[in-house]
Amino acid sequence: MAFDGEPVLSGVDLMVARGEVVVLLGPSGCGKSTLLRAVAGLEQPLAGRVLWDGEDLTDMPTHQRGFGLVFQDHALFGHRDVAGNVAFGLRVAGLAAEARAHRVARSLALVGLEGFEGRRVDTLSGGEAQRVALARSLAAAPRLLMLDEPLGSLDRSLRERLTAELGVLLRRLGLAALHVTHDHDEAFALADRIAVLGAGRIDRIGTPDEVWDDPGTVHAARCLGHENLVGLDDAGRCALGRLGSGPGIVLLRSDSLSVGAPGEGVSAVVAATSRRSGRMVAHVLVGDLEVRVPVDESIHGVRVGDSVGLVMGRDAVVPLSS
Amino acid sequence: MIPFRKAFAAVAVVVPAAFLGIFFLYPVGSILVRGLGADGLNRLVELPGRSSFRGVAWFTLWQAVASTVLTVAVALPGAHLLARRRFRGRSLLRAAATVPFVLPTVVVGGAFLALFERLGLNDGPLRLTRTAGAILAAHVFFNVAVVLRTVGTFWEGLDPRVVEQARVLGASPAQAFRWVTWPRLWPAVAAASSIVFLFCFTSFGVVLVLGGPTRATLETEVWRHAVFRGDLASATALALVQLAAVVAMVVVTNRLQRRRAVAQRVVRRVPPLRASGRLLAANLALLGVVLGLPIAVLVERSLIRGRSGGGWGVFTLDHYGALADRLSLLPVSALGALRNSLVFAVVAAGLAVVVGGLASVVVVHGRRTVARAFDLGMMLPLGASAVTVGFGMLIALSEPPLDFRSSRWLVPVAHALIGVPFVMRVVVPTLRGIDVRLREAAATLGATPARVRREIDLPIAARALAVGAGFSFAVSLGEFGATSFLPRHPDRLTAPLALFRLLSQPGDALRGQAMALAVVLMLVTALSVLAIEGWGRRGTVRGDL
Repeated sequence: MAFDGEPVLSGVDLMVARGEVVVLLGPSGCGKSTLLRAVAGLEQPLAGRVLWDGEDLTDMPTHQRGFGLVFQDHALFGHRDVAGNVAFGLRVAGLAAEARAHRVARSLALVGLEGFEGRRVDTLSGGEAQRVALARSLAAAPRLLMLDEPLGSLDRSLRERLTAELGVLLRRLGLAALHVTHDHDEAFALADRIAVLGAGRIDRIGTPDEVWDDPGTVHAARCLGHENLVGLDDAGRCALGRLGSGPGIVLLRSDSLSVGAPGEGVSAVVAATSRRSGRMVAHVLVGDLEVRVPVDESIHGVRVGDSVGLVMGRDAVVPLSS
Repeated sequence: MIPFRKAFAAVAVVVPAAFLGIFFLYPVGSILVRGLGADGLNRLVELPGRSSFRGVAWFTLWQAVASTVLTVAVALPGAHLLARRRFRGRSLLRAAATVPFVLPTVVVGGAFLALFERLGLNDGPLRLTRTAGAILAAHVFFNVAVVLRTVGTFWEGLDPRVVEQARVLGASPAQAFRWVTWPRLWPAVAAASSIVFLFCFTSFGVVLVLGGPTRATLETEVWRHAVFRGDLASATALALVQLAAVVAMVVVTNRLQRRRAVAQRVVRRVPPLRASGRLLAANLALLGVVLGLPIAVLVERSLIRGRSGGGWGVFTLDHYGALADRLSLLPVSALGALRNSLVFAVVAAGLAVVVGGLASVVVVHGRRTVARAFDLGMMLPLGASAVTVGFGMLIALSEPPLDFRSSRWLVPVAHALIGVPFVMRVVVPTLRGIDVRLREAAATLGATPARVRREIDLPIAARALAVGAGFSFAVSLGEFGATSFLPRHPDRLTAPLALFRLLSQPGDALRGQAMALAVVLMLVTALSVLAIEGWGRRGTVRGDL
């Protein structure tokens, strides 16, 4: 896959099984969307193949592939109403008007928009427009559904709600789905498997638990939302002690870290606190190394300036390759 | 909005208003008064009874319709190519396709004469010279750029993902075009078509050169009656019919334009697709034949002597050398005419910038009713045909109280009337497009209102003014219709007029000289437009013609 001679993607090998939701996670510009476009047939790869059940689709034009694609800013047909949008794929397929209306109603019901058929698309809110786009793709009964940051343009709370709904819907329909996002929370909420994309290739692929526990690379660890990446010197040491056998970067998994009483673990000072999704996070300093640690306030709270102990569980240190 | 000094505001309103009033509204009013007076009305009423009139009116109409349909058919694939595909030389093609539009009409007429002679179509069973076919071909040549640019720009602004979405949902490329692209695109196509139709309906130079006496439109008939026969009464009646038709069309065009403006929304994030070799080749071949061939033949003909006996002829630069010679046919040499044209063009551009610049300030910052009136009023001379401008001046400004017959500056004034709309089409959107926050930022940094205007508005507007001046300059260089009505004096002979007279004479040497003059005129015009355009695009100049 290349644009103007500059390869965007290379050596991407990805399989999606029926009923499986694979999430492609990566920063903007890493080639996620390009990969989807290549699978959809909207871009022609310079090399490589797109297969379905062993059938080579690489040279098949887009409209014959039977894949669905939902764009970030929904790309609704402005000159048609909601029903006209959702029915489009069915009309193209030559379905009779009555059957079309039935399928449209069913698709709209799936996304919770019963009775929206006659609405003009420019009167829809962002969330509604995105649901219509989803219903439009679903109505055409694709064998693979691709979602290109479908929730990226929505505000956070709406995004989280729709993410949950989408997850339920995808499970219920048992579709093969390829979902693209840069948001690790969204990825963990939806995925059967997560593929972390970096610099045009897949850095790490596996179940959410697998990739979280062992991201493999520094890039993947950052994409997945890990914050405690620690550099080691030639002897494998840092302020926390000897964590490796040589120079490099290791990950401290925050789920294996905790704040204990002074004297437990490594002694540290609380430099700041913050909250993430309501849960307290302590930013503790060990020497000049800052580590972020979740705090279980039901056991004890912490305050800025407190001297505490930083306790590392058995699996806390994960070596990463660059 | 920051208030202007009262004195400046007054000048900004009065100068353009007076200019338009004296040189356009008063002449048009004179046509109306004469044409609708008792004597004139009689003429008008008996017009439909004359079979010659019916023939002319019918031909004017159908050639305009046919030209428009052909133009759209030729230009739409190219518009798709420019809007949706990536290929090397895309911007070059875009610029090159624009060139025909700015070429002087007489030059284009000459190019097609040369083309028909070269292809042996000037005589015999396949004769194209002096047929409707010649006029249609030249109209397509001219107006492809209009469709390419207006439709192409609009097409580019349509979100490509909507079409991709249709493709993913199972629509073939043809279905996606019919059901998704076309419903969104047609307002732009309709708007472009209506403009092309208007141009073809009021086409003058092309019809005069290529149509000959047998193929006349309303426009050329007005000229023939007024200038050739001195029958001002008939000319007035015909001009009235023409004026009414044009006004009706402008109203329709404006409606369509407004529709287009509503639909326009610019989205450009997904890179366009790479063009396939075949698509590119087919398109380039079509545009090359339609746009490139006439120009190529024109240049070739200007460099050849002695072909009339058949064969290839002999290469020569004599025709260019002869441009400096005096001919009995012309009161000054061709070079002298070119010099006149250049002087007039500079004066016209200057006038257009002053008047158009002031009018733009009024349109953007003035009171609403005044702004509206200026926006519409200053555009009138462009919408009205060359005949209306030229003929109106002929009958209104050559007798007291306003007798400008003896003034050679009537020519650049007429040209400036047509140039002002071009200046405003560039300056108004640029002024409007200046980000308010720039002004606010300057103000919070302590700049006085006058300082803000000097530091923010003026530098941005200056570039737009220069672009507008360039277009006015090019328009003036090629202007033929209005000029051909103005009283003739040796010191007012412009290059297009000289070229027209050369073209109407037979003979190998004269024809060669005509082609040489056409090439020079074409080069000066095209270079001025391309230079201005390339320079303007680099800045923040907005707007399009």
